[in-house]
Amino acid sequence: MTASKRVDPRVRTGRVLRAVIVTILAVLFLIPFYLLVRNGLATEQDITAPDWTFFPRDIQWSNLTEVFADPNLPLARALLNSTLIAVSTTVGTVLLASLAGYGLARIPYRHANVVFYAILGTLMVPAAVTFVPSFVLVSTLGWISTLRGLIIPTLFSAFACFIFRQYFLGFPRELEDAARVDGLGYWRTYWRIVVPNSRPVFAAVGTIVFIGAWNAFLWPLVIGQDRESWTVQVALSTFTTAQNLNLHELFIAAAISIAPLVVVFVLLQRYIVAGVERSGIDD
Amino acid sequence: MRRFRGPQNRNLWFWAFVGPFAIGLALFTYVPLAWSVYLSFFDAHNTVSPTDFVGLDNYASMLGDQAFLSSLGTFVLFTAFIVPATYVLSLALALMVNRLRFAQAFFRSVFFLPTACSYVVAALIWKLSIFNGVRFGLANTVLGWFGTDQTAWLATSDPPWYWLVIVTVRLWLQAGFYMILFLAGLQRISPRLYEAAAVDGARPGWQTLRHITLPQLRATSVAVVLLLVINAFQAFDEFYNLMSDARGYPPYARPPLVYLYYTALGQEQNLGLGSAGAVILALIIAVATVVQARWFGLGRKED
Repeated sequence: MTASKRVDPRVRTGRVLRAVIVTILAVLFLIPFYLLVRNGLATEQDITAPDWTFFPRDIQWSNLTEVFADPNLPLARALLNSTLIAVSTTVGTVLLASLAGYGLARIPYRHANVVFYAILGTLMVPAAVTFVPSFVLVSTLGWISTLRGLIIPTLFSAFACFIFRQYFLGFPRELEDAARVDGLGYWRTYWRIVVPNSRPVFAAVGTIVFIGAWNAFLWPLVIGQDRESWTVQVALSTFTTAQNLNLHELFIAAAISIAPLVVVFVLLQRYIVAGVERSGIDD
Repeated sequence: MRRFRGPQNRNLWFWAFVGPFAIGLALFTYVPLAWSVYLSFFDAHNTVSPTDFVGLDNYASMLGDQAFLSSLGTFVLFTAFIVPATYVLSLALALMVNRLRFAQAFFRSVFFLPTACSYVVAALIWKLSIFNGVRFGLANTVLGWFGTDQTAWLATSDPPWYWLVIVTVRLWLQAGFYMILFLAGLQRISPRLYEAAAVDGARPGWQTLRHITLPQLRATSVAVVLLLVINAFQAFDEFYNLMSDARGYPPYARPPLVYLYYTALGQEQNLGLGSAGAVILALIIAVATVVQARWFGLGRKED
């Protein structure tokens, strides 16, 4: 504490100023989350009251159950679809991309660079630009409004493959050499040595893919054409633009839709941060 | 036996690992691209196997279409707003959070948390609670305290207040992610550089930032700008969810993807025309990316 007394007053003013600015920004960043919950738990009259109040006059916990009973908003079905899609996309993407990343990083092959650049090249063309032809392809396959159509085309993430390759390039070779001496082949080295020792990068990529799959909108909007195949994002969007739903239902449904992600996020946040920091995304 | 352990065996193993991914990527990225180019030369209304070859007609009508050109203009304007705004905000957040002496993890989490939120949900909050153009909207309430009139944020194009809504929603959603990239970059700067600068008489603050921090963050900055531009090209979700309602989509504030969505999959189902637009957009993105990579010297790690 005595040390802080000797700090240059200008530096101390800077510190205080910084803390104040950061606090104000943090409040601004949290306001949208607050509004989501506030409106979700308020009565319709409270939301549209001309004199805005910070706290709703009375909190309606019943909104939480009421929204699932509304036949106009197939929320339960949409949540189920989103869960199935996000979980399978995450498992599939991580598996396919990590295998490919490992092969590219560690198995010597004459044309490995050509393959790598062919994969990297697809990053240059943002996936969203190919949505018209992809739609055409999926409809040719007869996959419109099916889970297959919503999941399979999204499993091949060049970005995830790139992250895994960069990570495996920096994986300590000594560990693999020891496995090789013990007579393990590529497959068993990967599965028994590399994967168990790379949990943070798997967790980081997995979380990023899960968030992306849960929040995806354009692809589910285009492919999920009938109500039964709506994801939670498409269902919410349909009702935001149609405006035939009560506001409080829309808000509580939206709050319910982000709850699983906030939980995943709070639990795995440090892995995402560590994964991003170690993956070389910014090198 | 030895023969099977040789290079041929390694080739097989390479394809066992990389093959499934590469085949899927080819099927769901390269095939659609090729198909798109093919479709763009045909009159393909409501069909995916067209017979009516029209040559470059689709391209001509796309490039002569005022609506398509204005959607490209919207995109350019959007990029010009969002890229510098996100860059500055995320860098500022990283610099401030990095030097906090308390609750660093808390503030980092708060700024990163919106990353978990979807554009659909964020657009819903922005459109129906903050900027909804009536008295119970938060923005109009706050302005009301200062005696300012209500503003119809999304419904008017003069003045174009909708830009404020569109830019802030994306800023809120993505600044935290880029802040993490900058934080990672800041961790890698050696403290000795700052000590040396202090010995040389550089004052903490602007001088150190300009002569030490920013040059050391160059690689991160290049990656951030590249990702920001690529993401701006893909803008669809917030435009679609903020601007369209039961009455339709207004002719302004329509980036290319929204335009293509309505052309190819809307009423007309004009897949040929939509594909021509997608090819034009892909070419623009490819050129922009290459120019940018050259400009920033992407791939050169040291210089």
